[in-house]
Amino acid sequence: MRYLPLTPEDRLEMLGAIGVKSIDDLFVDVPVSARRDAPVDLPHHAGELDVEREMAGLARRNRAAGEGPFFCGAGAYRHHVPATVDHIIQRSEFLTSYTPYQPEIAQGTLQVLFEFQTQVAALTGMEVANASLYDGSTGAAEAVMMAQRVTRRNKAVMSGGVHPHYVGAIETLAHAAGVATQALPAAVDAEDAVIAAIDQDTACVVVQTPNVFGTVTDVSKIAEAAHAAGALLIVVTTEAVSFGLLKSPGEMGADIAVAEGQSIGNGLNFGGPYVGLFACKEKFVRQMPGRLCGETVDADGKRGFVLTLSTREQHIRRDKATSNICTNSGLCALAFSIHMSLLGETGLRQLAAVNHQKALALRDALKAVPGVEILTPRFFNEFAIKVPGKAAEVVEVLAAHGVIAGVPFSRLDAKAGLDDVLLVAATETTLDIDIPVFAKALTKVFAQ
Amino acid sequence: MSMNNVGRPTRPEAANDAANGHETLTGARGLLQDEALIFELDGWNKTGVDLPPVTAAPSSDLNGLLRDAPIGLPGLSEPETVRHYVRLSQKNHAIDLALYPLGSCTMKHNPRLNEKMARLPGFSDIHPLQPQSTVQGALELMDRLAHWLKTLTGMPAVALTPKAGAHGELCGLLAIRAAHEAAGNGHRKTVLAPTSAHGTNPATAAFVGYTVVEIAQTEDGRVDLADLESKLGDHVAAIMVTNPNTCGLFERDVVEIARLTHAAGAYFYCDGANFNAIVGRVRPGDLGVDAMHINLHKTFSTPHGGGGPGAGPVVLSEALAPFAPTPWLTHGDNGFELAEHAGDDDAKTAFGRMSAFHGQMGMYVRAYAYMLSHGADGLRQVAEDAVLNANYIKAQLKDVMSPAFPEGPCMHEALFDDSWLEGTGVTTLDFAKAMIDEGFHPMTMYFPLVVHGAMLIEPTETESKHELDRFITALRALAGAAKAGDTERFKGAPFHAPLRRLDETQAARKPRLRWKPVAAAPLAAE
Amino acid sequence: MRFTKDHEWVIVEGDVATVGITAYAAEQLGDVVFVETPEAGKVVKQGEGLAVVESVKAASDVYAPVSGEVIEGNGELAGAPETVNALPESGGWFAKIKLANPAELDALMDRDAYEAFLGTL
Repeated sequence: MRYLPLTPEDRLEMLGAIGVKSIDDLFVDVPVSARRDAPVDLPHHAGELDVEREMAGLARRNRAAGEGPFFCGAGAYRHHVPATVDHIIQRSEFLTSYTPYQPEIAQGTLQVLFEFQTQVAALTGMEVANASLYDGSTGAAEAVMMAQRVTRRNKAVMSGGVHPHYVGAIETLAHAAGVATQALPAAVDAEDAVIAAIDQDTACVVVQTPNVFGTVTDVSKIAEAAHAAGALLIVVTTEAVSFGLLKSPGEMGADIAVAEGQSIGNGLNFGGPYVGLFACKEKFVRQMPGRLCGETVDADGKRGFVLTLSTREQHIRRDKATSNICTNSGLCALAFSIHMSLLGETGLRQLAAVNHQKALALRDALKAVPGVEILTPRFFNEFAIKVPGKAAEVVEVLAAHGVIAGVPFSRLDAKAGLDDVLLVAATETTLDIDIPVFAKALTKVFAQ
Repeated sequence: MSMNNVGRPTRPEAANDAANGHETLTGARGLLQDEALIFELDGWNKTGVDLPPVTAAPSSDLNGLLRDAPIGLPGLSEPETVRHYVRLSQKNHAIDLALYPLGSCTMKHNPRLNEKMARLPGFSDIHPLQPQSTVQGALELMDRLAHWLKTLTGMPAVALTPKAGAHGELCGLLAIRAAHEAAGNGHRKTVLAPTSAHGTNPATAAFVGYTVVEIAQTEDGRVDLADLESKLGDHVAAIMVTNPNTCGLFERDVVEIARLTHAAGAYFYCDGANFNAIVGRVRPGDLGVDAMHINLHKTFSTPHGGGGPGAGPVVLSEALAPFAPTPWLTHGDNGFELAEHAGDDDAKTAFGRMSAFHGQMGMYVRAYAYMLSHGADGLRQVAEDAVLNANYIKAQLKDVMSPAFPEGPCMHEALFDDSWLEGTGVTTLDFAKAMIDEGFHPMTMYFPLVVHGAMLIEPTETESKHELDRFITALRALAGAAKAGDTERFKGAPFHAPLRRLDETQAARKPRLRWKPVAAAPLAAE
Repeated sequence: MRFTKDHEWVIVEGDVATVGITAYAAEQLGDVVFVETPEAGKVVKQGEGLAVVESVKAASDVYAPVSGEVIEGNGELAGAPETVNALPESGGWFAKIKLANPAELDALMDRDAYEAFLGTL
């Protein structure tokens, strides 16, 4: 076996040094009833070539986004990731390092996290950011828990524009912890509706911009209403590239900003691993979940970085911890940070503008398709359209024609009565030619 | 007050200039560069990407919604970017350099084939919500991974989606809670866990509203059955036991533990962090386990990239399977399908959703490539070699250090206490930091909490005998130096790492969590 | 000054008890990096959580050695947690509590008894 360095001779010699006769003597504590004398019923080991063949066979049965016209978004976006990013994250010292428990020999990882926290704080317009959470959806759920700790209230209100999977993740965690949730009905352009649902028990309101239908909203008024009632405003963003064009959550009064960072530096990967961006006002920092990296000095007075404020965390506070999280999304955060460093402010703004421009072109093309109605009034790179019939069926038919048309809203929420709504996104990876191909295919399907 | 004084000094002592050698003029140490932050590299008007031109202004619909203030993000050209990160990378320890003897955490060699497979466009460039008919290969991979996990653990079901071990614990406890509630047993609100448990266990239990009661440990480092029995009852929802446990020992009475637990109407949650010690040799399903998460990085070699991403699938017993979170993977007339909505007919009893989409696909691909490479025979050998390596280390160090549980074999990790350091003036922390100077990453320290000054060493199976001997020789030499009174070597260590001991006290008292323009100059030492 | 087995101290002036943690406790904790003291008006029972003190490596609850209403928390500690290490039994006090039941004091140790107790640890 190529991954196992011990030879049979080594094993014998080592057993001798231990003072036992066979490997079985080291497993004597296993109850007799549970000992297995033979390998389990699974295939035997395979060489690299055989594994590659089998894996490639599975991969071939998936239609990759890059193979043709592709318009899916809804919380995961296809962007171009520079070759440099993947090269650097595959360096041994980043890829195969563990959690930076020994700061003297983990300054690479720690400095990256410090830079990452600074980038995320700047992008979201917030004062502090953590070293990342699993993804945007679990970040949103953790934000609700944090709001409960800060306000000592037990209710969360979610707008009808929050991604239904995020609502699901929030409900799971909130209900586990005894926090009541109120999810307003799915609505294309009604983030403000949360205002009416705020009461004295409300710990937080959760809104999303651009929301799951792509609608961009100025949430300043919601912030004012939440703060007047002593509640926190949590702003969710699933498309991080939008920060390059739109007002940041911090500028609009968010107390906690949560975002999915996948768009920057990370591929689609069928939904994971992604990277949760989590930022908040400084006064709440001790209630924040997840790892934090901070600046300090070493014994010689040289600048260095360490994980800090870890008394919030599970390994010290155990059953009193702010969260049970023990992992960040380190490698994805690194990819994010490298891509962000390559882009810089200039690049990010331009990337965002290109995305917006592509989406406008897509809208113009789809608007001209008979039967299609554009539902989203203001958008960044994604919008909802209404189609005749069921969007899920339209998508299947178009897939058979080589066009991945987008995400039917019913896929996210089958009970919203929005079966005729299709979410479509365009990014810098959308070819100009893809747009008329999509529009033509749609026209053809509706004509049939 | 409750006082936890088990631990370590968190502030460095004065620098030892004699041991430090010559300071350089630039701060560099040979190949090791002093690298500034990206914010200090004059990149305010640069970019390292060439993008298509923008030909039109944003839609007027967005008036008032556009960002006008500067963001404050530097950019770097490609060569500067590469250099910045390569310089930083050289300040990291990594499994590719030497072992990570971090007991109960650790990682093994990360095969590069896994990385190559995860980057096949058919896996890396597919969207989680594109039509299921266009991702049948991905769904089949998930199904096969599930089959391997179920077969290796002897369990009938698995929830793949949890994003890390602790997320898996949450998933398992939520399934347990749902099962109790469905059976009218919602009043069961206590979780029993040993003192030696990972911190995530009590944190997770408390999170779902359970009260944690500790189970005593016997002198030989295992669950005290009598104490367990006395604490079980109609109020107990579950027990959480790590097996092999965090002392590196197999819970000999695990079958009896399961029997008592089930007899009391509670479920047995097993923390599977240490599954790597028994994979292919012992199936948790044969031990009476109801739910167990598996850290894919630890047993199945997925990379941990400086602290994640993880993946923590949870295997479930027949009793808990109906409550698994969505999505559920099913096989119908049209091939594989995902049932994505809890409460719908195809996932009626699911407790909900753990996160967006379908979990850590990138990690599934890597883990599956690893499983195929090893096969059933190789995985069994993985467990055997992991246990052999740990026992070899224990045998070779037992005369100079003090094993916490000298009697009988350990499993995948060897636990020492600090009684052998008594009178030397050297602490566990000092010893660990001196290991850094000798080129090794320290072991897990001060955990588990049940052993004073704990040193928990886990080598994994991917270390050669030569490398183990090198490690053993270094530790023996260090132990000898400590006992010989060579405290200088330990007290200010490390002397040869990229940085000396860091001031964690200052970091925590005056948190500086981001770079700020006004504070660009390095801090002065206090 | 009276002491608890959980290493809190109390000084009583009139019906007001000033509460802190002992020098021994402060030394055992190591460098204190954060203190959360109670706000005035909080009512505590003897043995209940009163404050939180954190070092880099540990977060510990400080229990109320006596029952009563908090009339003042030591807000200075938020900005200067190091005072707990420097002056544990004076400037590093945590809270002043208006005694609800002065008889509770009788069960607490005097300095000699506390020192003897430390000797048994």
